[in-house]
Amino acid sequence: MKHEWIETHTSHFLILTLLVISIGGLVEIVPLFLIKNTVETVAGVRPYTPLELLGSNIYQREGCYLCHSQMIRPLQEEWLRYGHYSLAAESQFDHPFLWGARRIGPDLARVGGKYSNTWHIQHITAPRSLVSRSRMPNYLWLKDRPLQYSDIEAHLRALVRAGVPYSENQEQYDKNVALFGKDVANRLVISRARENLLAQVAGNADGNVVSPTEMDALVAYLQILGTLVDFKKYDEGYFARFR
Amino acid sequence: MVPTEALAYRAASQPERYNYAIVRGFTVMALVWGVSAMVVGIYLAAELIWPILNLDLPGLTFGRLRPVHTTLAIFGFCGSLLFAASYYVAQRTCQERLAGTLLPLVTFWGWQAFVLLGVVSELLGYTQARKYAEFEWPLDVLVVMVWLAYLWVYTATLYRRSQPPLYVANWFFLACLLGMALLYVLENLVVPVDVLGMKSYSEFAGVQSAMVQWWYGHNVITFLLNMAFLGMMYYFLPKQVGRPLYSYRLSIIHFWSLVFLSVWAAPNHLNWTALPDWTVTLGVTFSVMLVLPSFAGVINGLMTISGAWHTLRTDPVLRFFVAALLFYGWVTLEGVTMSFQTINALSHCTDWTVGHAHFATLGWVSMMSFGVIYHLVPRLWDTKLYSVRLVALHFWVALFSVVLLAAALEIAGIGQALRLRTTDEYGNLVYSFMETDAFLTVPYLLRGLGGSLFLVGALVMVYNLVITVVRAQRKRAATEARIAAKLAVKGLRPREG
Ligand code: HEC
Repeated sequence: MKHEWIETHTSHFLILTLLVISIGGLVEIVPLFLIKNTVETVAGVRPYTPLELLGSNIYQREGCYLCHSQMIRPLQEEWLRYGHYSLAAESQFDHPFLWGARRIGPDLARVGGKYSNTWHIQHITAPRSLVSRSRMPNYLWLKDRPLQYSDIEAHLRALVRAGVPYSENQEQYDKNVALFGKDVANRLVISRARENLLAQVAGNADGNVVSPTEMDALVAYLQILGTLVDFKKYDEGYFARFR
Repeated sequence: MVPTEALAYRAASQPERYNYAIVRGFTVMALVWGVSAMVVGIYLAAELIWPILNLDLPGLTFGRLRPVHTTLAIFGFCGSLLFAASYYVAQRTCQERLAGTLLPLVTFWGWQAFVLLGVVSELLGYTQARKYAEFEWPLDVLVVMVWLAYLWVYTATLYRRSQPPLYVANWFFLACLLGMALLYVLENLVVPVDVLGMKSYSEFAGVQSAMVQWWYGHNVITFLLNMAFLGMMYYFLPKQVGRPLYSYRLSIIHFWSLVFLSVWAAPNHLNWTALPDWTVTLGVTFSVMLVLPSFAGVINGLMTISGAWHTLRTDPVLRFFVAALLFYGWVTLEGVTMSFQTINALSHCTDWTVGHAHFATLGWVSMMSFGVIYHLVPRLWDTKLYSVRLVALHFWVALFSVVLLAAALEIAGIGQALRLRTTDEYGNLVYSFMETDAFLTVPYLLRGLGGSLFLVGALVMVYNLVITVVRAQRKRAATEARIAAKLAVKGLRPREG
């Protein structure tokens, strides 16, 4: 075949180019949806509660992911600094993934439980009051701004359509009980989303009834990062099988 | 007597043979967005040095402003220049006027609206939290429609040509058009929360979402920053030296190997992550192979000049093309190096990556753009550049500042990365995170200096071009007035254009 045949016919050229472009993507992307071992089978990982979900949205809105990664690599020094390397399973409910690509600040994949809520609130509001040379911006307004959660059900329903198992009916609820246990399944019921959200805020504020702020959601989100998998239950060889 | 001036007047008042108005519009907007991108970039660099500059205003915080920088640079600057160059090249190589009257305008205003709304929405905090795809779904709908209009205008123009072969530059523009369409649609498959709201959730999650994102992110660079600008190289470089392209065969090899191989290199951005190893291995393998097409392009470009190297001494515009090609070669080699596991373990997530990106965007893309703009403006306004010496000045300032900026970043990245992995004799980490961060102080200042100088160079260019255009317009107005006066003396009225 002569190249002339392609370049003298614009339509030949268009079709051929489109084909050639598509191959790489097809081969590298499609199997990730089909090969079961892509995401590890591991207990503990669950979808976000309504409050955590809104926290994640604030994390995205403020562009925290541009300074912080959430992907600990399987390297000695990262293990020492941040803990066990991140599993694919740990971000399986993140639409989209928030692995990040730049660490102007430290990795946050396992920051959950590392500090108290009070510390986070102080730090996010005024980072340099705790770490004098921090390059992180002050987020003064988060602790004053009321959390918008009136449309939380719509958020959860959108996620259901993207494949996250929040439950709208008894059948899904029963499945969730089997998958995550009753406690968690109760927190994933869409019709109870607001109630659950308020209860979690109150719980974090030691039972005081407060109107939730954006800071409450953000901190609730940060506090569960990396805490869901109990790594003591698995030996190292187990996860290596999935790579 | 038919005075030559009257002829000139008639020619000027006839509708142009080519639609240059649209090319002029896009060229001007490329400059506007380009300078804005640089200003925002410098501001971001300063925020990292002096966090007080976040001013405690949500829209100015680093996390909100960073996507604005890339939006302005990629879609504002590169995008507008792509429209300008491809519309110009299609018309010149096919020797036909651009197809359509309304649709080209739709692409112009649609694209500018997209960039502007994109920036505003990012400042307000609307984002899909994915690089170069921050725009929420209503903007995606807008940009896809504009892109389809572009595809129509461009291919319809190509269909008008009477000479069957399609000139090489057009292959690259076409590939860019198709590639971007495919990438953009797949990357932006989302579920909106509410059809009346902005917020949406990605169809994909976790590892799949990561792979789709970097397939997109990597190939926005392939198509919008490489393909498009190689297209420009293939047309404007031979024109600027006044010599034919070195090798048509080489350009065939260059084109097809590049469209095929580039797409595969995406997983390099996810080295050492939870992406399965087989995908990463494929990515690394293909990125090594990518050296071949890249160097085919570099050689094809440089050999076109061979035999006329002396023009480099007299023509500073040509220097921009040469520098751009050399940076292109360098960036490819550096990119391959960074895809290797051991190097990537060091470079990933540090400023080394940012430095690499700036070698590409300032060294390759911007240098090429400057060359193209200096070539285009005199032709679009039918005049000569106001000052060639200012072009030469711009060249040296730009060259120096790219190297300063990108090298400072790479040193910052390597330095911090080495501290991050330093352990003592007992295997404990030596530096806390903030102690590794302390390394950045001096490199960050140099990076800010480099960026500022680059902006100064660009402003010299803008000044030069503004004077060029203003003088051209004054001269034209004067000629027209003189002719009108002469005709009036003879009792004639100028023909209505
Ligand atoms: C300009 C980049 C930047 C942005 C944007 C940014 N941070 Fe940070 N962050 C840092 C730096 C640098 C540090 C390390 C110094 C410190 O602790 O303040 C840090 C530290 C942290 C820590 C402590 C981590 C640890 O293990 O000690 C948390 C938690 C955190 N950031 C959360 C956030 C959140 C939430 C956001 C978004 C609202 C955010 N950051 C936005 C730069 C940034």
